[in-house]
Amino acid sequence: MTKAELVDEIAQKADLTRKHSEVIVDAVFSSIVEALQGGDKIELRGFGSFRVRHRASRTGRNPKTGEGVLVPAKKVPYFKPGKELRELINRG
Amino acid sequence: MTKADIARIVYERHGGISNREAARLVEIIFESIKRHLGDGDKVQITGFGTFLVRQKRERRGRNPQTGEEMLIKPRSSVVFRPSKLFTPALSE
Repeated sequence: MTKAELVDEIAQKADLTRKHSEVIVDAVFSSIVEALQGGDKIELRGFGSFRVRHRASRTGRNPKTGEGVLVPAKKVPYFKPGKELRELINRG
Repeated sequence: MTKADIARIVYERHGGISNREAARLVEIIFESIKRHLGDGDKVQITGFGTFLVRQKRERRGRNPQTGEEMLIKPRSSVVFRPSKLFTPALSE
């Protein structure tokens, strides 16, 4: 499923125009990105949680030249599926 | 941040809908994503990331409390791959 398909599905289910549905879907995902940017974590009951994980800097290697390069520390988004979601995909 | 906080942000950004309607829409969005993942579908949200269902193989594990060795059955798991735009946004 793509974002466009999700927008269509929500428009249909909630009896909204496609345009309104898109504004809402966009607001949901940008609010998650912004919360993580602000250092907050997100807990969505029944679905899962998003938090920021810190990756330490490390020495990587340029695969072409074999030269060592410093890969700086960075923050990456991490999703942990919730119990309901884990059970749903493992049923049967 | 919880679904209620996301609903409040949706409500503030959208205008035309009530806070209660916003909460219902947030619920519908995550239920819809969950259902597609339950069907084994991947869900790709442009600018945010992709949720995929991955099969994990059977492996030997250890009960961390007793140290007892046990067999962990094959199972499915949901993996989130952040979009190329998401990760750099966290280090800005």
